[in-house]
This record gives sequence, C-alpha cells and structure tokens, in this order.
Amino acid sequence: MKISELGTEQGFRSLQSDYADRGLGGGYTSDLLSDVMANAKSEGVLVTIQAHKNTVAVASLIGIAAIVICNGRPVPDDMIEAARAEGVAVFHTDKSQFEVSGLLWPALGAGTEGAAPRA
Amino acid sequence: MPSVPISPDASPQVVLELIYRLKVRDAMHSPPIWASPGESMRAIQYRMRDNRITGVPILDADERLVGLVSIQDVIEALDKGRIDEPASETMTRTVIVLEDDMPLSFATSYFNRYRFGRFPVLDRDGRLVGVVTASDIIRALLVAMNEEVQKLESKLAERLSAENPPEAGVSQLAFPIVRFDFENAGKASAEIKKALKARGVDPAVVRRAAVASYELELNIVIHSEGGTLSAAVGADSVEILAEDRGPGIPDLEAAMREGFSTANEWIRSLGFGAGMGLPNAKRVSDEFSLDSGPGRGTRVRTVIRYKGATE
Repeated sequence: MKISELGTEQGFRSLQSDYADRGLGGGYTSDLLSDVMANAKSEGVLVTIQAHKNTVAVASLIGIAAIVICNGRPVPDDMIEAARAEGVAVFHTDKSQFEVSGLLWPALGAGTEGAAPRA
Repeated sequence: MPSVPISPDASPQVVLELIYRLKVRDAMHSPPIWASPGESMRAIQYRMRDNRITGVPILDADERLVGLVSIQDVIEALDKGRIDEPASETMTRTVIVLEDDMPLSFATSYFNRYRFGRFPVLDRDGRLVGVVTASDIIRALLVAMNEEVQKLESKLAERLSAENPPEAGVSQLAFPIVRFDFENAGKASAEIKKALKARGVDPAVVRRAAVASYELELNIVIHSEGGTLSAAVGADSVEILAEDRGPGIPDLEAAMREGFSTANEWIRSLGFGAGMGLPNAKRVSDEFSLDSGPGRGTRVRTVIRYKGATE
C-alpha cells in the first residue's frame, strides 16, 4: 500500500502533500510518543490522536512515513508546516484509531510484526 | 572562529527560557476580582470601572467558575436593555481558562489563539486563583529579564574561559535545552541524527541514537529546570550526554521502571510522560549510566556503537 492510497483508497483527507509517495512498511497505533519511539516501524504509518508538532518530530526521527490523525481531532497549522518541512505525510479522519487500524490491517498487517527489537 | 563579545550560546537562550520557566501564577493578578451570577450587569460594570479592569469572572455559590463578563458583554447588555438584569442573562458561558502552573509560553499562545483580553486562572483543583492579561505577562517578563541580564554579565568572564578545544576526529555538538519548550523539542536530536547520517552510519544504529537522544532531550524539557544535550560523534561510536540543572531524581530505581512517571496532566495530554523515557534510552544504548539525586542536577551518559550492537 502506498502513502497516497491512504487518501485515494481509504478516503482519509490529505493535509499536506509534500512527501515522496512510496510503499508503506507496516503501521503502529499509539498516542504515547515514547511508545511510538520504541515500537513503531520505520517507513510505516502512525495511527494516533496526538495532533501536534511533537508527533512530527518523533515521526521524522524514527522514519515514520505517514501520520493519520483520528477522531476528527483538529490539526494545528504548525503541525502541518512541520510535516511539510520534514516530508511526512499527514492525513485526517473522523474514524477512531481502532477503526483506522482495522481498515489498514489487511494491507499492512503483515508488515507490523517484529516492529522493533525489545531487550 | 572570530571572537564574540558575549557568550554566543547562553545569552539569547536565557531570555528565551524565561517564557518557559515563569509560570502563569508568576504573572497573574491575585486575588482575582469576581462577581456572582445574580449581580446586575450594572454592578459589575461599576466594579470594572473602579478597579480599572476589562473582565470579571463569575463564580457560583460553590465558588466554581461559571462565566465571564467582559466590556463587550456590558455593551451588549446596554444595547439590549439588560443592564439591570442579573449577569447570568448576558455573561459569556464558554470560558477559556489557564492553569496556574502552565508556563507563560502556553499563556502567550492562548492570547494569540483566542484573542481575548484576559484569561481566568484556575489551580489544580479548578478553583479560581487569578486573572492574567497580556500586559501582566509582559511586565513579569521584563522584571525577570532584568534580573537575568545582571546574572549573565557577572558570569560572562568565567564562561568564556571555560571553553575547551574538541578532540580531533570527533564532532562535538551541544544544544541548550529549555524547560517546557515543546516548540523546539526534538531539534537537538534531529541535529545529532543528521550528523550520524552524514557519517554514513547504519540506519538502524542512527535510529537507536535518535531514540536515546530524543528521550533524554524530552526528559530535560519535561522534568528539569533546563540543561544541555551534547553528543560526541566519533569514528566508531556516539556518546550522548544529557546534563541538567536540577531538581534531581529522588528515586533512581523508580525512574528506571517502565510506566513510572512524575509528569503532570497537561504534559501527559501531549503524549509524553508514559514512563518509558529512561528505559527506552537504556534499551537502545550499549553503555548507559545515570547519576542524580535530590537537590542537584541529573547526568545521563549513553554510548551507542556503530558495530557489535547489543540487539
């Protein structure tokens, strides 16, 4: 599944399109940024309600390709600007994290195993 | 490098730090002037005039905030002939509030976002403890800035003499980290990551270093009074050092336990304070040491080797 298909296939609203469109390598669902840091897979999609620029900072540091903001949470402009600067795709939906994870699972589920090694 | 007459890293930083270090309670008017929902708009207007204020919070019988009357509301009451009716008829009921332990940086962003002239300030228990206006904030900042400038000038000489030359072949990076500066949080880690990438270090190792540096950087932002994140990017390993000015960790064992956190509610609402920071940093590191105690600073040192990783 490609990043742009989060918009074209899933109907999530794209908030910023300055990113290199490429295949997603899995996904992770969490609102705790330390948990994201520890467990999200590089080149994956992050499903979350944390709509602020620190989420972009975390995504950029560990190489998350796309963020889906759930529950229709308002996304501040500075988050979108940060995402544009870092080339991280941002999508928006009224669906919950649970629904979005379920929708993405058939296409990306296989890529989520062994996300990050734990000691 | 040309010589600079004032310390290049510290002086603008210290001024910037003020808006993160000072709390809303340091700037607010307290005790606040308030009124009851049953008082007439006219009585409230007189109170505003006598106290030269532009807004009055409305508290119910249990002293809970239920509304606010601003000049705008008074004008509306006059216009609609409701000036002698109780405030409950005309007051603004949806009131945006600040908490007394929020940093001034939050308060200034609220003034930009909502364009109100003042915000009621509540304490941790939701009780009204003050009112803060934009000019209260500016005044508090100016006073604090004056004090900082004096401190800076006296420290200048010793700071300049303390600079030491970097080791050959190692890139030294150092970033001042400011308490509660969530705007810039992660920038130091991004620079460290960039330096490692530029050296052609394996992406999996770069990721580990990014996790360690971000967690340590955020710990300084969230828990300390400010400090420095530095990195020595060497030929076969990177050493990341996080040093802060206090207040220190009373229970090191608890701090290292996953799920333990002392972060407060509004920090948690940003997705931080999960109690995974130090455990995460340790897990990705080849060497990890933590030195801290109440009343002094915290120092965390981690080393991540490019080859022969622990994982």
